[in-house]
Amino acid sequence: MESLDLELDEGHLELPAEPMRLMMGPSHPAMHGTVRCIVDLSGETILKVDVQIGYLHRGFEKMCERGTWAQVFPYVDRLNYVSPMLNNVGYALAVEKMCGIVVPDRCQWYRMVLGELARISDHLTCDGAMAMELGAFTPYLWLIKAREMIWDVLEEETGARLTHSFGRIGGMAKPPTAQFKSLVRHSVSSVLRIVDESEKMLLKNRIFIDRLENVGLISAADAISLAWTGPILRATGVAYDIRKTQPYLKYDEVDFDVPVGTKGDTLDRFLVRLAEIRQSARIIEQCLVRMADEGPVNVDDPRVMLPEKESVYGTIEGTIQHFKLIMEGAKVPKGEVYSYTEAGNGELGFYLVSDGSGTPARVRIRPPAFTNTSGLSQLLEGRMISDIVPIFGSINMIGGECDH
Amino acid sequence: MNAPLKSVTLDGNQNGFATTKLDALLGWARKWSLFKYPFVTACCGMEFMALTSPRFDGTARFGAEAPRFSPRQSDLLWVVGTISQRQAPVLKRIYEQMMEPKWVLGFGTCASSGGFYDNYTTVAGIDKIIPCDVYVPGCPPRPEAVIDGLMLLQDKIATGDRTPRIVKPRFDPAQGHQEQLVQLRTKGVIDGGAK
Amino acid sequence: MSKAVLQKLQATFGAAILETHSQFGDDTAVVEPSHWLAIATFLRDDPACAFEMMSDLCGVDRLDVTPRFEVVIHLNSLSKGHRIRLKTRVGDEDGEGAQVASLVGLWKTANWLEREAFDMFGITFQTHPDLRRILMYPEFVGYPLRKDYPAEKTQPLVAYRTEEEAGVPLDKQAPFGPHEGMSFARNDFTKRAEDAN
Repeated sequence: MESLDLELDEGHLELPAEPMRLMMGPSHPAMHGTVRCIVDLSGETILKVDVQIGYLHRGFEKMCERGTWAQVFPYVDRLNYVSPMLNNVGYALAVEKMCGIVVPDRCQWYRMVLGELARISDHLTCDGAMAMELGAFTPYLWLIKAREMIWDVLEEETGARLTHSFGRIGGMAKPPTAQFKSLVRHSVSSVLRIVDESEKMLLKNRIFIDRLENVGLISAADAISLAWTGPILRATGVAYDIRKTQPYLKYDEVDFDVPVGTKGDTLDRFLVRLAEIRQSARIIEQCLVRMADEGPVNVDDPRVMLPEKESVYGTIEGTIQHFKLIMEGAKVPKGEVYSYTEAGNGELGFYLVSDGSGTPARVRIRPPAFTNTSGLSQLLEGRMISDIVPIFGSINMIGGECDH
Repeated sequence: MNAPLKSVTLDGNQNGFATTKLDALLGWARKWSLFKYPFVTACCGMEFMALTSPRFDGTARFGAEAPRFSPRQSDLLWVVGTISQRQAPVLKRIYEQMMEPKWVLGFGTCASSGGFYDNYTTVAGIDKIIPCDVYVPGCPPRPEAVIDGLMLLQDKIATGDRTPRIVKPRFDPAQGHQEQLVQLRTKGVIDGGAK
Repeated sequence: MSKAVLQKLQATFGAAILETHSQFGDDTAVVEPSHWLAIATFLRDDPACAFEMMSDLCGVDRLDVTPRFEVVIHLNSLSKGHRIRLKTRVGDEDGEGAQVASLVGLWKTANWLEREAFDMFGITFQTHPDLRRILMYPEFVGYPLRKDYPAEKTQPLVAYRTEEEAGVPLDKQAPFGPHEGMSFARNDFTKRAEDAN
């Protein structure tokens, strides 16, 4: 479809009436991911839509080629800023796959708990924001309150509320704190209670249901062709979850269900996210039971791990190792790898190319939101203008990863 | 909001006492009724949501809650997140459409200086394009820091000061920072009256 | 996991498959650009392959190697549960003539992904219905992810304010210059280009 950019000369302010061309975004309250929809309208019906992204292009891939492999972590955080921990873990797994490192069991459980917490906060934000844009402000406030509880745990563990930069190649920045398990149990149960309340409030609301039901329908075949993954693919009835089909970490050892929708409309996408929050809580509980209280978190591999501070200050070997790792970076074997994990929005892939040095030759992220958003125009065409808001909200376009 | 007020504003040099009082009154009125335009682009938007949510309630308490998505009705532009080169003309146009008096709050490091995105696509700070009144550093800043920034802006509005200000970090003596604080003061890194 | 697919490809296309490897467990085939569309079609439609989903398409700039660019796609088969990476190499050392057939007809997602590769690397996808920039603005000159595009080179759309206008210092360079805190391992392509001149 051709570009719908309008060449407006100054002073000519009349809008063409039929079809009327309207620019939604990039600064529009409902376009929260800074995206611009140029729509051609006939009355209120959308004839044609041109979705323009790139307003948050921050040059992620270019920046990665400038530092060491470990310096990529802060950038990964800011890709999907609703669930940074999943990105951290995804990137760490990709580099570890190249280096042939498997982190200790305790770390794998730890990563799973933190990752699922991040997934809960992702879904809470998406569902909450979607409800708010449809006018349901109270559930939004409640769900954000629940998200604060998750963030409390993450802050206690990592020191940062949002952008943790907590992953490391070969482990995590710090071992779990002593009160980790009780904190997680306490906050997850409170979160579930709030989710139950909010769910009742929304799903017994006729207006809310009517705005979502049978809006933005898509078939499973179309969704697959658009490379949709994650909750919005599962809403079409395809039970594809990388945690189940190609398990990584310890996902093959825990018991959980993959919620799927039936129709692939906006309501299904909303419900799948709600159901996944509960499944994540199940996973977290099992992980906490299996996670050991003692034992190493990081691999004992001087190629990638920084030495203990005592050894850095006390021994010449430690100083040199520290210096080499910081200034030259961990050397990653030459080659290429594609590693994929299930992030909040779907398949988060990292395609890494290494030339054997301490700097990545190419870091390619396969952002779920990018392919998900590419299907937006198909959903919108033929719908009413008021449907843009719930459909766009249910896609959960995250500017950081969509625009790289 | 501005037009009727302007007709009664007197020139300070000629009318002395009365003008000062009127300005103070206007400043007081303005600082407690900020209508915000949230220009939310990136990660900081998550903290912005947290700021307005029940735990922090960081805007309603300061009379800055009501969002207006029309720039013509708002007087405080929150620039929340990274501004890319592609976004820059949009930001500039929105700023130009706002009525005087207007203020700009740069939320987060990216809005203040471009942050660690020092590259081909990012504007290194919104002040390259539009004036900025208060910078809130942090990536993203904690809601507490933003509340500090909002109070700083209120002070500025009350006094009519338009020089750009930066939110300083706080030291909490209860957390055992007292010693570092003394050290930094003796070295002259920070001035005596840490906020 | 999908070694069988690689063997099948080699049996069907023979010399058009330039090389294959399975490093780190990722099965990879490098193919002739002229057979790009045919091989992709085969992989999607052959019942033993059945790659219904194209997970990713991206470009890779291999400066100093000819052909200069790699176009890499990652295919995923939900029904068979296997994946494959398909690559082709195009473009001369200046990045000219980087052309390859478009896959939009096979997978809808190729539309945006190919636009992105065009935007970032200047790889042209023939028969793409709507090949224009997606992440950068239309006024942008050059292709930012090419290694010889300087990372710091901006092309502002609005004129920056001057320091006189602003009344405050606007230069926020780190105290010790742009290289402060950078690792030794960093590839500085700008410097390399300057040295070459």
